[in-house]
Amino acid sequence: MSDVSLTPPAAGAAPTRTIAFRGGGFAPRSHRWIGMAVFVVLILIAEWGTRTGWITALTLPRPSDVLKTFGELYSSGLLLKHLGPSLSRLAVGAALGASVGVCVGILIGLFSYIRSGLVPLVAALFPIPKIALLPLFVIWFGIGEGSKYALIAFGTFTPTVVATYGAVDNVDRTLIRMGQSFGLSWFSIVRKIVLPGAMPGILSGLRISLAIAIILLVAAEMLGAEYGIGAYILQAGSLYDLERLFAGVVILSLLGVLVSTVIGAIERRVLGWRT
Amino acid sequence: MDIRLEAISHSYKEFEVLRDITLDIPAGKIVCIVGPSGCGKSTLLRLIGGLERPGSGRILQVGAPPENCLNPLTYIFQDFALLPWRSVRGNISLVLEDHRIRGAEAQRIIDDVLARTKLTDFAAALPKQLSGGMKQRVAIARALAVNPAVMLMDEPLSALDSQTRELLMDDLVSLWTRQPFTAVYVTHNLHEAVRLGHSIVVLSRRPGRICEIVQIDTPLEARQMGDPDLDMKQKYLWQLMRDEARAADAELLNV
Repeated sequence: MSDVSLTPPAAGAAPTRTIAFRGGGFAPRSHRWIGMAVFVVLILIAEWGTRTGWITALTLPRPSDVLKTFGELYSSGLLLKHLGPSLSRLAVGAALGASVGVCVGILIGLFSYIRSGLVPLVAALFPIPKIALLPLFVIWFGIGEGSKYALIAFGTFTPTVVATYGAVDNVDRTLIRMGQSFGLSWFSIVRKIVLPGAMPGILSGLRISLAIAIILLVAAEMLGAEYGIGAYILQAGSLYDLERLFAGVVILSLLGVLVSTVIGAIERRVLGWRT
Repeated sequence: MDIRLEAISHSYKEFEVLRDITLDIPAGKIVCIVGPSGCGKSTLLRLIGGLERPGSGRILQVGAPPENCLNPLTYIFQDFALLPWRSVRGNISLVLEDHRIRGAEAQRIIDDVLARTKLTDFAAALPKQLSGGMKQRVAIARALAVNPAVMLMDEPLSALDSQTRELLMDDLVSLWTRQPFTAVYVTHNLHEAVRLGHSIVVLSRRPGRICEIVQIDTPLEARQMGDPDLDMKQKYLWQLMRDEARAADAELLNV
């Protein structure tokens, strides 16, 4: 160790090689077209499989038939007839559940007594399969729209509450101290510091809650619904009409993609300040 | 407006952090508080500004704050505490909105403080676009906007690199010479203390007591880097603190 010298060894004496790169990875980025390509490839495989016969018609409907069914649904005007009530149920139910959920979540995030009282209650309500409560809701709110709104609202409420109070907990306390040190009123601190600070968490919670709302749409239309995507799917399912079943499922999927896109757009607009 | 601390003691549960602090903060002067880590200097600052309640003792405001003072005791935080979703202008208007200052009047105040902190060109920028030094300038501008009687500065330059720190110290000195303000400046950096402090309060390690108060009479604007007199003071402060700092460093943390 004592004869370390700074002069390079004679040329050719030691082998040289470039140092291999070993960083990179662990930073996924989204490429716009790959998601689309996965869909297309899967559908093409299904189409090809059903046409050549190694997927039987009982296992999976042919995608082109589903598309045809969808076309008929649209041209007969039934699509709008089904979509209209479903969308209004989704909108009313989810808006109700999410807004009450955000309010309750904020209250839990701000007040110790409300937190101690409601957190166990929410934990108790969260795992209840809301579908199981449909008969109860029918008794409480009637067989009409009321029970459907209630089911969807209840289903979106609990995940929204949990996401919201978690988001409020995560708001940077130094910002709140700052607000207090400048003599901001309690209401100003909540409105101008806590709410915007919790917005990222609230929006990512809404992604989940709204997906749950779409799931519950089918459940809500199990009882006392003539029209609606959920009713359409259930009807097709009981008749084993796979084409119609899939046409309905595709509509729900598209609805999910649409909701997620809308939230993504809101996030880009509202949360542009994030690094 | 002066601030007077009378026999302040404070503890967190069984941990005594401050013991019997009696101190006067005269108007128009910068009082630096230095001490080893964990000596309660930041706690002392939070007590002065009313963000925490002292265990015992009293903190008094002597005299009335100047007129048109919106927030007599105003903090500048180490981590800037800017709202990331508001622009520079929005961050300053935040502290005016609650005082019902809006529109043209707010505009005038914001433009004034931005000019004083050389931020006029950055009014529309978001905090994420600014460097650390710029962020702290915004925080200083925000503090100036409420026209404070006493500025409470909690290690304001500690999150910055040393070059930016020098620049901001120059800025603070020129702000003070143009319009003297009262400040309590907490730092662990003795260089900052001798550069900015009219008097320097040295605290012992926990529980923090006042070891000594060192006065520096050289006017702020005349303090240059490498001034032998200031170097002497800095060396003296370090001698006061070294053993305490070593002992504090070797303590087990009980947090």
